[in-house]
Amino acid sequence: MKTKTLATLITSLCAAGAAHADLTVISFGGASQKAQDKAYYQPFGATGTKVVAGEYNGEQAKIKAMVEAKNVTWDVVEVESPELVRGCEEGLYEKLDYSKIGNRADFVAGAVSECGIGTFVWSTVLAYDTERLKQAPTSWADFWDVQKFPGKRSLRKGAKYTLEFALLADGVPPADVYKVLATRDGQARAFAKLDQIKPHLQWWEAGAQPPQMLAAGDVVMSSAYNGRIAAAQKEGKKLEVVWNGSVYDFDYWAIPAGSPRRDDAYKFIKFASQPEHQRVYSADIPYGPTHAKAVAGMDAKLAAGLPTAPANLTGALAANTEFWVEHGEDLEQRFNAWAAR
Amino acid sequence: MTAANPTLDALRDDGGVPLRTRLRRAERSRKLRYAALILPLALFVLVVFVWPIASLLARSVDNPELRDNLPLTLAALERWPDEGLPDAAVFDTFARELEAARGSPAIAAIARRLNREHTGLRSLVMKTARKLPLADGADARAELPAIDAQWGETETWRTIRRAGSPLTAFYLLSAVDLTTDASGDIVSLPDGEAIYLDVLVRTLVMSLVVTALCLLLGFPLAYLMATLPVRQSNLLMILVLLPFWTSVLVRVAAWIVLLQNGGLVNQALMALGLTDAPVQLLFNSIGVYVAMTHILLPFVVLPLYSVMKGISPAYMRAAVSLGCPPWRSFWKVYFPQTLPGIGAGALLVFIMSMGYYITPALLGGPQEQMISYFIAFYTNQTINWGMAAALSAVLLAATLVLYMFYSRYFGPTRTGQLQPR
Amino acid sequence: MLQPYASPLERAGHYALRTVVALTLLFLVLPILVIVPLSFNADSFLMYPMSGLSLRWYEEIFASPAWRQALMNSIIVSPLATVLAMVLGTLAAIGLVRTDFPGKALLTAVLISPMVVPVVIVGVAMYIFFAPLGLTGSYTGLVIAHAVLGVPFVITTVAATLQGFDFNLVRAAGSLGAGPLTTFFRVTLPQVAPGVIAGGLFAFATSFDEVVVTLFLASPEQATLPRQMFAGIRENISPAIAAVATILIILSTLMLLVLEALRRRNERLRGIKPT
Repeated sequence: MKTKTLATLITSLCAAGAAHADLTVISFGGASQKAQDKAYYQPFGATGTKVVAGEYNGEQAKIKAMVEAKNVTWDVVEVESPELVRGCEEGLYEKLDYSKIGNRADFVAGAVSECGIGTFVWSTVLAYDTERLKQAPTSWADFWDVQKFPGKRSLRKGAKYTLEFALLADGVPPADVYKVLATRDGQARAFAKLDQIKPHLQWWEAGAQPPQMLAAGDVVMSSAYNGRIAAAQKEGKKLEVVWNGSVYDFDYWAIPAGSPRRDDAYKFIKFASQPEHQRVYSADIPYGPTHAKAVAGMDAKLAAGLPTAPANLTGALAANTEFWVEHGEDLEQRFNAWAAR
Repeated sequence: MTAANPTLDALRDDGGVPLRTRLRRAERSRKLRYAALILPLALFVLVVFVWPIASLLARSVDNPELRDNLPLTLAALERWPDEGLPDAAVFDTFARELEAARGSPAIAAIARRLNREHTGLRSLVMKTARKLPLADGADARAELPAIDAQWGETETWRTIRRAGSPLTAFYLLSAVDLTTDASGDIVSLPDGEAIYLDVLVRTLVMSLVVTALCLLLGFPLAYLMATLPVRQSNLLMILVLLPFWTSVLVRVAAWIVLLQNGGLVNQALMALGLTDAPVQLLFNSIGVYVAMTHILLPFVVLPLYSVMKGISPAYMRAAVSLGCPPWRSFWKVYFPQTLPGIGAGALLVFIMSMGYYITPALLGGPQEQMISYFIAFYTNQTINWGMAAALSAVLLAATLVLYMFYSRYFGPTRTGQLQPR
Repeated sequence: MLQPYASPLERAGHYALRTVVALTLLFLVLPILVIVPLSFNADSFLMYPMSGLSLRWYEEIFASPAWRQALMNSIIVSPLATVLAMVLGTLAAIGLVRTDFPGKALLTAVLISPMVVPVVIVGVAMYIFFAPLGLTGSYTGLVIAHAVLGVPFVITTVAATLQGFDFNLVRAAGSLGAGPLTTFFRVTLPQVAPGVIAGGLFAFATSFDEVVVTLFLASPEQATLPRQMFAGIRENISPAIAAVATILIILSTLMLLVLEALRRRNERLRGIKPT
């Protein structure tokens, strides 16, 4: 068949292009990817195996498709925690052999997971532009206060973290947030709270958007990834971060099940889990390192800007992975219904 | 005609075959040869287009998770009268099958499918699987409720039975905001969770608005093009075709530049003193309507123009010369003749708007997302392909009904000029 | 045309119509005109007034590996998809025009249907279907998908051209001893070439502008130009987007001109042919 011949021809052409021993590492892109390039990809490449960097938005559908087709072209992937746990149960990721990575005890609590090893701690914070707000907001209750802080505000379009912020703004203490959110009444309460500011909201989806929207004056306050705000600060933007009420979580390195370059993938993960390399990363973008020794050796001023700095942890909330694995599908669907109305 | 021609029968070749037969054979083999030319494309489209879409639609009723992973439990549950608790055999089989599925993707599939029916069942299944196997000789009917009280509830087993049917209407019902309650009756979803009927209505309303805008702008344009001398109308045609050939993404980017808070439109509005502060034109319905009208306008102008070009100006002149005022003769004589063009253009734009994804995704807020957005959401974000398939079925049905209407009333499309997005 | 004896009302109508049309045309063309100058902006805002002129955004896109890769991918995928669609579509169109069989209307409808089915459905269906075959995240899958989307354009334009083709020419060639292949390449193809090329152009434009199916099927390694633009618009809309847009506008203008030349040639040929 003509098509078949052509398809074979094309496949062989492309295979010729792709048949390299390079390691494909997929992460979330943006400022973080730049830091990863500097801290991990370049120096690891110097040891012999070149890294081809790619980015995605966390959609697990692509990985599922690859694994099920037994045609895995991504070797190492940066994954968020609920996706990691779910993917691990569904067999999307290799169960890690820690003897090939390092000593479990060297890593901070929560970093060691069955299918992934934490690579950094990031935080979703309240951010604002100091030049546009006369008075500094200090909590999510201020975010909800449209009298005191008039203007549009922005949240990530999704249930994850948005519902937590709503409950925090409604006066639920951080320790009880997930307990309340697990009940039907608590969910109704969170959505009712969101109703209050719905007319003032503009949603963001990509991490690069909040600093842009803040800098352009489209919104006066926004939830944002702390690293993106730091990158904007470096460029001279007068943005500020409120750590109180921030939600922090790990991102993990994971290996899609059936990766043909598993050994190299392990080597890369081991390399990227060394304290000296994590320190380079965290110096470039303020996401907390996961190797206990990496924090110890850091410049004090830089360390104070990390989500893991003790001062920043007061009033902060650890994201509850198990909760989002359980309720994610349901709540995201409900959130969609709510947002679309 | 050949039938009346006796020579065709009289003439025979060496083998004695009449010429008529030979001609018929030749004609048949020619037709076969030409039909063979269609074959490669027919196969290609069948394999890489029709088949995938058919199997996608099949997914909207397919229900493999429990059927494939808990077959024995489901078989044992057949005998259960739907009252009280199932017998010990069911519990034993279930415990064994769950244990077998432990640590494999199967358990995740089971847990996920059950969680869709009732949130909370996922962790119940995972937790239970971790406690398995039961001690030798243990009574599963007593042990499972000890692990979690939910195993001692009739409702849990009803859910398993429901989720285990070979085919399911669950996704299709959800796609129109319906669900089955505990007793198996079809009921509407509670207010906070119902969404897709709204989305469907919104998709139709937005398509209608865009169609109306396109007609409103397209009709005068096509009319002028049809009445101007060729040289001038050609110039107008190029102005219509240039954006038509320009990438949709380029046009979306251009509209962002124009409509953003500091964009030219807002600058103009402020310079004219119409507003003090920038008006929000992006990420709401304004941006989506403006860009969609811009993208789809040529699709209504082109068919209208070709219809108008075919209307002889003599009719209008005749009407006027017979004393009918120009406006009235336009309305009574000219306009009715353009109706096929209006119908064709409007339906085309309407059909195309319904499937739009890119423009609302980039220029709209959550309130402007149409049904396509939700299909993409379920496919990529939650990997709920049953739901994506069910919504696709709804959208496809609406599109095909309209298209059948279109091809019935407006003949074969002048498709050489059409470019669906 | 406005007659000298037109009534004031007619005059008003005449000018009102022209004003409305002028505004509509402005609406159609303005966005395209607005974005081009911004690609030469010296600073990093997509806003007027511009602070100065520079080529830095063009340098940036040609220096950026992501944009270069996207351009390469588009240059690989679109022509292959176009050729596939042209070959299969042209053959099928000739077959469809020259035969009659029960179900021909249905078969034609099926072959044209990729143009009607909403692209999101095409994307999802192919994605789920191609995934187990290992065709997602591959050039092969992308080329196949784009070819299917381009086929209807080739069929319809070639079929339209064939309406004016005299098949006695084929018989004449056959009776003069030419084989089917020779006849096709020496007689049929030169006659239907404008239709094939026009169809090919439409197929190329479809593929070159395709985002939705690509969004589903392509991995980052196969991201095409529109796919990269989609990410760019969503994440960070900078003058680099305007620079890419300008390049694409030049390209589409070129395609438009080729098509116009083809149309003129076709008309000329038809004008000569006695009917």
